[in-house]
Amino acid sequence: MTASGTFGYGPEFSDFIDVTRLGAVIVKGTTLNYREGNPYPRMAETPSGMLNAVGLQNKGVNYFAEHIYPSIKGLNDNIIVNVSGSQIEDYVATAEKVAQLDGVTAIELNISCPNVKQGGMAFGVTACGAAEVTKAVRKVYPKTLIVKLSPNVTSISDIAKAVEAEGADSVSLINTILGMAIDAERRKPVLSTITGGLSGPAVKPVALRMVWQVAQAVQIPVIGLGGIMNWKDAVEFLLAGATAIQIGTANFIDPAVTVKIIDGINEYLDRNNFSSVQEIIGALEV
Amino acid sequence: MKKYISDLRLVSTEELSSDYFLMKFTSNEPLPEMLPGQFVEVKVDNSPTTFLRRPISVNYVDKETNELWLLIHAIGDGTRVLSALPVNSIVNMVYPLGNSFTMPEKASERLLLVGGGVGTAPMLYLGAQLYAHGFHPTFLLGARTASGILQLEHFERFGAVFCTTEDGTMGEKGFVTQHSVLASQPAFSRIYSCGPKPMMMAVASYARKNNIPCEVSLENTMACGVGACLCCVEDTQKGNVCVCTEGPVFNINQLKWPI
Ligand SMILES: Cc1cc2nc3c(=O)[nH]c(=O)nc-3n(C[C@H](O)[C@H](O)[C@H](O)COP(=O)(O)OP(=O)(O)OC[C@H]3O[C@@H](n4cnc5c(N)ncnc54)[C@H](O)[C@@H]3O)c2cc1C
Ligand SMILES: Cc1cc2nc3c(=O)[nH]c(=O)nc-3n(C[C@H](O)[C@H](O)[C@H](O)COP(=O)(O)O)c2cc1C
Ligand code: FES
Repeated sequence: MTASGTFGYGPEFSDFIDVTRLGAVIVKGTTLNYREGNPYPRMAETPSGMLNAVGLQNKGVNYFAEHIYPSIKGLNDNIIVNVSGSQIEDYVATAEKVAQLDGVTAIELNISCPNVKQGGMAFGVTACGAAEVTKAVRKVYPKTLIVKLSPNVTSISDIAKAVEAEGADSVSLINTILGMAIDAERRKPVLSTITGGLSGPAVKPVALRMVWQVAQAVQIPVIGLGGIMNWKDAVEFLLAGATAIQIGTANFIDPAVTVKIIDGINEYLDRNNFSSVQEIIGALEV
Repeated sequence: MKKYISDLRLVSTEELSSDYFLMKFTSNEPLPEMLPGQFVEVKVDNSPTTFLRRPISVNYVDKETNELWLLIHAIGDGTRVLSALPVNSIVNMVYPLGNSFTMPEKASERLLLVGGGVGTAPMLYLGAQLYAHGFHPTFLLGARTASGILQLEHFERFGAVFCTTEDGTMGEKGFVTQHSVLASQPAFSRIYSCGPKPMMMAVASYARKNNIPCEVSLENTMACGVGACLCCVEDTQKGNVCVCTEGPVFNINQLKWPI
């Protein structure tokens, strides 16, 4: 799958890859109303990664349903909408609207975006808050509900358990890690928002650890992401217990990386005489 | 326009002046059509601090030799490593990206192309394309000092060239907006510009005062280059838009610059 916010709506990459080969396309974070996002500069390159502070720029769920969805319907069998909000009612209203779109097979509930003031992260950082949004959206959304977890917490397993108890079908992790970059010469923050979300290889060890912990803690499928750059990284997440993986920042470095990772995983399975990817999920020998 | 990811081979690197390099690349496949103002996203290997691709303007496309020219100002690790690559190195690029400069409507139009520093890079390809379409553009190039005026002999192939340097070592002394060619008659009917932001703002302000349509090319920092990440936005009359897809070329009336 492609990670929300790093793959646009999908057509951006159709010159480079056959988008139908992907397990799913997760589109940009979508909110109830139009959001202008944060002011430029929104990005800072950091050692082996980047910070972003896009701030959920999007045209709102109605615009998505009327103008974007018709043009991407059929791009992939699994179009997943990443839903964000700042209040429970917004999440619910957005999910209700998305539920009407036949071609969208799942929602990924983003309760973990670090880049919006009183944004989803407030829900994502406590087990109580996470459970509350999940419960509310679960009531109105009958299809697959994935909850995307924030790494900016003390115990991610507790939060995963809380959303599982409220009926989440799956959890995905991790979202970006809160970070900061400073321009020493100008003595100013690089980002307009001062802090932003770290992604890329720099976060991989943290993501891998969290996927491992959450996979031990819950029964529902875990989707792993964070710094996956190649098939080897992907296999590590599968071994740690992820049943699926998402590719984010790597798409910026190589727009064809997703299909290369699919091929690489298949070659790994063949080379090691596994007949299916199921055999390596959680197969870490400790 | 279809976008490609390709491995190009470095044919030559020439240091035009201190820290400015003209790099020529070729491909086994015929290079696709590229428009003036478009850019490529270059992958820089072997630079531990360079994680993302680097956006670089198309400086020129030589159809006969199947060469893509890039003009590089080595200001950081990425551009320094790139400019130091040995001949025959393979460099991965994504292209062609972004929109392009608008071609003039009437054959009689008087066109002014203003470039400063490494911002002269897209002006050469624009000039070449205008010339190929029967126009006779005027170039106005600005730099701090004479050695900063680059590719003069190439610009002269496509039109009249005027220069300003801040220290007066070449052409008229001062800034581009002070050059006497601006006052020449008949007045220019269209201005294109790329360079440091203060220079482009001065050019934009001149264009607005004189009611001349003007396009500028922006250099916002980018991550993906293909409209997927929304990192490169510019605040415009339409709100935040991606410079990598709706730009890098903007009509000054679309921008919210205080000019
Ligand atoms: C559409 C577009 C076209 C461009 N065309 C060219 C070109 O033809 N030739 C060329 O040499 N450069 C061009 N640039 C700029 C080039 O992309 C940057 O100089 C390059 O990314 C710097 O990388 P680096 O690793 O060398 O420096 P870094 O180590 O990344 O940066 C060195 C210093 O430059 C600053 N910087 C980096 N990128 C930018 C930027 N985009 N704008 C302002 N400051 C920046 C950094 O803040 C830092 O202080 C273009 C940029 C864009 C967006
Ligand atoms: C530019 C950018 C925008 C993002 N936007 C979103 C978003 O809208 N919603 C969301 O849930 N995650 C968003 N993310 C987080 C990614 O989906 C992913 O969780 C994170 O980047 C870690 O994975 P990676 O290291 O593979 O990129 C964004 C990440 C980046 C880099
Ligand atoms: S650089 Fe990603 S949208 Fe422009």
